[in-house]
Parts: sequence; C-alpha cells; structure tokens
Amino acid sequence: MDIQIPEIGKSFARPDAAAKVTGAEKYAVDYYGDHLLWAGVRRAEVAHGRIRNLDTSAAARLPGVMAVLTGRDVPGANRQGIVHKDQPVLATDKVRYSGDAVALVLAENRETLKQAIDLIEVDIETLPGVFTVDEALKPDAPVLHEEHPGGNVLLKAEIKAGKGESALKDCHILIEETFDVPMQAHAFLETENGIAWQEADGRVVLIASTQAPFRDKWEISHALGLGMDRMRVISPYLGGAFGGKDGATVQCFLVLAALHAGGRPVKMWWNREENFAAGYKRHAAHMRYRLGANSDGTLQALHCRLYYNTGAYAHLGGEVMALGMEHAGGPYRIPHTLIEGWCVYTNNPIAGAMRGFGVAQVSFAIEQMMDLLAAKLNINPLALRKKNALRRGDQNTSGVTMTQSTGIGDCLAALAENPLWLKRNDWKQAAGPFKKRGVGVSAVFNAMGYGRGLPDSAIAKIELTEGGRIRVYNGVTDMGQGNATAFVQIAGQILCQENTRIELVQPDTDRTLPSGSSSAGRTTYTYGNALIKASESLRRKIIGRAALMLLADTLDHLELLPGRVRDLQSGREIPLEMIGSMMAAEDRICISQFLMPVVRDKLDTGKGFIIGFPHLIFSYAAHLACIEVDELTGAVEVKNYAAATEAGRVLNPQTFTQQVQGAIAQGIGYALYEEIKMEQGRLLTPDFTTYHIPGAMDVPEISSQIVETWEPSGPYGMKGVGEVGSNGPLPAIANALADACGIRLTCSPLKQERVLEALSQSRREGGS
Amino acid sequence: MNIRFTLNGKAMDLDAAADRRVVDLLREDLGLTGAKEGCGAGECGTCSILVDGEHRLSCLMIAAQLSGRDVVTIEGLSEKDRLHPLQESFIRHGAVQCGFCTPGMIIGAAALLKRNPQPSREEIREGLAGNLCRCTGYQKIVDAVEAALLPEEKL
Repeated sequence: MDIQIPEIGKSFARPDAAAKVTGAEKYAVDYYGDHLLWAGVRRAEVAHGRIRNLDTSAAARLPGVMAVLTGRDVPGANRQGIVHKDQPVLATDKVRYSGDAVALVLAENRETLKQAIDLIEVDIETLPGVFTVDEALKPDAPVLHEEHPGGNVLLKAEIKAGKGESALKDCHILIEETFDVPMQAHAFLETENGIAWQEADGRVVLIASTQAPFRDKWEISHALGLGMDRMRVISPYLGGAFGGKDGATVQCFLVLAALHAGGRPVKMWWNREENFAAGYKRHAAHMRYRLGANSDGTLQALHCRLYYNTGAYAHLGGEVMALGMEHAGGPYRIPHTLIEGWCVYTNNPIAGAMRGFGVAQVSFAIEQMMDLLAAKLNINPLALRKKNALRRGDQNTSGVTMTQSTGIGDCLAALAENPLWLKRNDWKQAAGPFKKRGVGVSAVFNAMGYGRGLPDSAIAKIELTEGGRIRVYNGVTDMGQGNATAFVQIAGQILCQENTRIELVQPDTDRTLPSGSSSAGRTTYTYGNALIKASESLRRKIIGRAALMLLADTLDHLELLPGRVRDLQSGREIPLEMIGSMMAAEDRICISQFLMPVVRDKLDTGKGFIIGFPHLIFSYAAHLACIEVDELTGAVEVKNYAAATEAGRVLNPQTFTQQVQGAIAQGIGYALYEEIKMEQGRLLTPDFTTYHIPGAMDVPEISSQIVETWEPSGPYGMKGVGEVGSNGPLPAIANALADACGIRLTCSPLKQERVLEALSQSRREGGS
Repeated sequence: MNIRFTLNGKAMDLDAAADRRVVDLLREDLGLTGAKEGCGAGECGTCSILVDGEHRLSCLMIAAQLSGRDVVTIEGLSEKDRLHPLQESFIRHGAVQCGFCTPGMIIGAAALLKRNPQPSREEIREGLAGNLCRCTGYQKIVDAVEAALLPEEKL
C-alpha cells in the first residue's frame, strides 16, 4: 500500500483492499470457532396455511442434534419488523410464505443438520394464497394478517401537489400508460450468515453479515425478550448487501440458538437457494401513469396509481413505496400531481430495501412517459428533459422546495455533449444485417437519508491511541460501498496523518456508537459529518496536550504534522507516540454526533406515511444506453453506456466511479433478464442458472462523468452516490429499444422472448 | 483417506473423508478462508483455486481429487510480504469493492494470464466470465488485469 496523507477530492486506494486481495479479510462467514454447532431452519414450503401440527421428535432424537426449537421456545414477543412487528421468528399458528421458518435446529455438523431438518414433520392446512396485487385486493381475497386493519393493504397513501389530477383536463397533451416490473434479487455473493455464542457471564456475542447492527440489537431484544445489555453485535465488512441485509435475516435465529448451545459457537449460513427463497427482494410493482403537458412540452400534471407487491410481511415495504411515490414524477417540475400508492401483502417472499429503494420501479415508468411525450411532440427526448428539469428553488412533485444542490440540469447538459449522443445517428446507421441499433436516455434521482419522521443520525468516535496512532470507530457498516475509506480520508485530511497511521474499527455495538443503518446513500454523508467534528476536536486536543509537553504558552505556533506536533517558532517537536502515552484513556477519545437536516416546508400531504417522507437532499444522474437488437432472436446487447452523475463534491473519484459502474451493471441485469419467478408462491429461480446476473461479458465499457456541485450540508460538499445509478439503466435501455425498433415494452425485464414477440407483433401490425 | 498434496508450496499429509468438498477442507479444516463460497454449484467462481496451475472450483472438487496435486489458494499467491502483481493492480485500480469475489477473481485472472500472457480487454472479459462480481460492473477489474500486464515500474 502506498503511504500517503489522504486528501479530500483525490483518488485514494481503499484501506480494506490489501486484506481483501490476499484473502486475509475476515467476513462474518469466515468465522468458525472451536466445537462449532451448525444451525438451520425448517421452512414452511407452503405459501399460505395454518399449522395443525409440528412434530420435531424424530429430529430431536437424531444423534448429533443438540436442540430443536419452535415458536414456543422463543422467550420474547416472537415478532420482528422494523416499523410493524408482524413477522414471527418461528411461526406458531400461521405461515404466510413458503420461506416462513417453523423450527430451528442446532447440530454438530452440516450433514446432521440437513437430516434433522428433513425429519421435522409439519402438518399445514393449506389456505388459498394471493400472489399478485390484483388477487390480494379482491374484496373476498384471503387475508394474510387478520389483525391488520387494512386487510391486505399494508399501507395506502397519497401525495398531492397543486390542483392534483384535476389539472390533467386542462392539458393540451395527455399520455397514458401502464407499467410492470418484477421482483429482483440482490444476489450479493456472501449469502446471509452469522455466528453467535454465549459468554461465561451469559451475554451473547453475534457476528453477522448485517447492514444495521445497532437496530438488530433492538429487534433481537424485542423478539427474544433479551435485555439490550445482554448482547453485542459485530458487523465486519460485508460481502455485498445492496439493501438485502438491512433487517432480520439470521440474527434472531442465532441469538436464540446461542442461548441453547451451552457456550458453544453456533453458525448459520444460508445457501444460495435459501437466499433466493427467503431473502428480501426488490418489490415487483404495477404502475398506472397519466401525464399531461402543454403543447410546448412543459409538464403540467401527473396522476399515478402505484401498487407495490410487498410479500408476506411489512419489513420496510411501506417506506420503500413512500420513496417510490416521492420519485414517481422524476426530477422534473410538475406543478399538479396526485400520486397514489398501495403497498400490498401477498404470499410471496418479503420485499424490502434494495439499492434504488422503490425508485428503480417508478423510474422505468416516468422515463418512458417522457419519451412517449417527446415522440408525440416530435422533440428530442434530451431537450424535453432539460426543459422540465428541476432547479434549485423549484418545487418538486411532492411540493417540497428544492433548497439544496440540484444538478440534474447539469447532468443532462453533460450528456448532450457526450460523443455517444452527438454521433448517435452515425452509430445507429452502422448496424449490421438483421441488427437494429438504438440510443436511449433517462434522467434519474434518488433521495438521501431517512426523510422526516426518523432521525438520520451518526455518532463518530475517534481516538489517539496510547501508541500514537489514530483509530476511527466506524459505526456504520461498510458493505462494499467504501464509506470506511472516506472516513480514513477525512481523519487523515484533518489530522494530517499518513494512511498507515490510521486504523479502522468496524461496527461493533460494544466499541462503536449508534450511527444508523448502512442504507439510503447516507453512510458517508451522516457519519462523515460527525467525523469531521470529532476529528477537529481531536486535532485541537492533541495540540493542546502537546503544548503542555512542549512548554508552549500559546497554541498559535503549534501544528499537527504527520506523526508529530511541531512548534513552528522553536522548531521543537514531540511525537504522537509520546502524546498518546501521556494522555489518560478517556482524554484520548473525541465523540461527535450529527443529525441530518430535514425538509422545512409545511406540507398538507403524505399524511399516510409513518416515516420516511419527504426528503431534503437528492443526487442526480443522466444516463445514455446504446443498444443493438438482434432482429432474428430478440436479444438485446448494451454496446455502450454513459452516465453523468451529480452527488455534490466528490471525495474520492475512484470510489465514486466504483459506485456508478456497479450500480449500472446491476441496472443492466434488472433491465434485460433479472426476474424472480414464482408459481403459487413456489420459487422457480433458485440458483444462478435460472436467475442470471450480469457477468463480465454482459456489461459494456461504462463512461462515467462526474458532474460536481456543492452540497452545503454535506461533508466537504458531498452527497451519497450509491443508489442513483441503479435507477437509470432500465428506462434508458427501454427507450433505446423503442428508438431501435419502434417497440415500446412496458413490462420488464426486456428479455429476449418478450422483445422477439413485440418485434413480430410490430411486423404483423406494420404488414396489415 | 490419507491425502498427500502440495498446498501453497507446502507438502501436506492429512486424513480427510474422500468425498469432503475441497472448499470445506480449505476453509474449515485448514483455516484458509480466502476461497469463498457463493453458490456451491460452480456458478459464481468465488471458491476458485489453482490446481496444477489451472483454474478450478473448490466447491465442485472432493478431497480425493487433490491427491498428488499442486494447489495454490489466494493465500499462497503472494510471496512472503510481496504481493502478486495482480493483487497490487487490483488495489491500485479500484477493482475491489465488497471484495468477496476478489480472491476468486484474482485466481481466475492469474490462470488466464498463464494461458494467455497478453489478453485484450475482450479476452480478459471472456477469461473472467465464470467469476461473478455484483459490485464493480467489471470495468475496474478489467483495468486491473490489463495494467498488471505492464512492467512493474509502470503499475
């Protein structure tokens, strides 16, 4: 690793990379421990039903089985859930999707575990299930949660601005269309897992692949009735997560198991099929749009009805839908809006957070609506977007005043100058025989932070160690996005120390401080702001204590330099090692909290939301996809891709570009083939053969252009960039497909057979 | 059964069930957790190792197949404190994000460079097609492999 003093704004190699390239980095899954027990669950494998009988006796008798636990053995509320506590740890009476767990087994090894799980007999009276939103909303539909007052509607909400939908009748042009998107899997490579054990004093330690160790503690405490002081949760670097580890996966199972393991470590590691069957998913959605504009293309009114299929339990479903609704009108000025949303329970896997949290879905809809409008007006789709792009000072489609950095116009301007855009006609004409080429664009945005109703807070802690090193206690999980890298940069910049002197402690509820979940593009923003304050305090403190040792009667001439403090007048220096060893332990630590600012507009809408509406700060991007369609097979290939992204000021161009390119690759998978398929609640895509994610051959070279602005509330002017890139590829590719072949697919993914069918239909219609 | 093989340059002589999966043998019995498991079915490449210099998936191999072989895992790719040029290049070119695919990806790239010392970007993509990455979008991985071909001083 190069030795350098990290600087804000300069590419800086990730401090975690060295241990990751040698295989030395320990993820949760790399912990085993002596006398290890393996834990696993028996799942219902019935989408909807009542448990008549559960017989665990044969499993319990199997040699090598340590314990078999059921819902009756759960000491607390036996309920999990971030906003609504509606999900049992172990189901006792009813099962609501095939992945519901009914029994937990602890065994000496994996083979015995598997045998024991197979020996558990579950007698379930099958109930009729509901799998689509339409089925779930029928008046006589079977109800998943009898006690829920809304029936199968977890949450119904609306956002209204201006005159609402009534303004549509005054519009010169009206476009109407309906869109559908499927469930998507996160497909992180490290599947859900963890290890837990009980210490001699009875406390339980849990090391888990989790995005929210502090919230996990609250959830475990509620579900298992265990005091929060009776456990410690540690979250090492994650092998990917993208929202899918933001909530309960293995946590309650493992802590419960540890309470029955006599101090032995217990490991649970879902295999890939279990990940697909029981892990969280991106919501499938059905979206009806009506968009009105003036004849010059000025957007006037929007009415949306959005239906999010949230699966069996609430989890973050309502909040995902809320964010989708907030973005349903795109990054545009539309004075009159009515956006209605229904978040609906079904007997499917639980849908929850996934990068682009509810926004990837609506981006598909609004961005095709924009192209439909552009086609109708016969104007260039990029120009139509520029004309309507939000500027600072405008009201967005929720009626929120854009008081912060608002760079979508700059992104679109940058894209308009991209050679891929300027030379698009030449490129399209160069298509070979039986090939059609098209170029499509999309304009997208994504809010940052939790939004109103939930404090978006982080507490940074930084220490000058006894040995004179700097230790940053990171309280917010690094799932790969590189927030920990930014923290080293911030500490290094402020304290003027080389990267090799800076250590990181990853989230650990005993050592680091509550800093919220690793989500919502908030990690570097919120913790970074807190860390700036803590680092500045530590700098002043180090200088103040050095003054005592240097016999300086003023701090004015003292400067903190790499490894030492220097009196610039006398030239005397004192090493950090000496300062650290002189200071008392409590004196060597600085702590600071930051709370994200919130929207100040008094809105008379969005009252149906519990938390997470509205948002103050957004990041923006304009995307361009160049695709080639094989007219004989319907296969779509993305040949070139460009993104112009605005997320305030960039702290580290390398990690910024990583986020942009990675999000686009996931978005290309979502656009072209990723789709969780179910049949009556049974999973049809349990592996990477049936659920295809992009490989190195499937992703083109991506040109990522940074469009810098300044976000005054951000650490050094930055905003989160992790999510926005996910929202652009699907609509840009759909628009490119329409450009290439004149077919507009409103149902994704834009898979080969669907494209082929649309091509034949278009030929039939053309020929008739 | 008794199995003798070479692991990261060291002679090994151990007893293991003949049908023990190599990925479990490495990770659980020998503590070499650099090889990961992402699918258990040969679809993701995170468990990649080199067997007699060739790219193999340790989740699809059983212990008996190691007999007499020369096995290199990610832990054995660097020499003492000196990183392999691919490892250096992955760090420098930002090819690592969550890092879970990284050991397998570097093993795959090492095998590729052995087969084809001067691959084009397209050939690098082809060569790594069996190693999935969900974070990077592959571009910086291709950059890193391409740059590792250059003389070291230019890295």
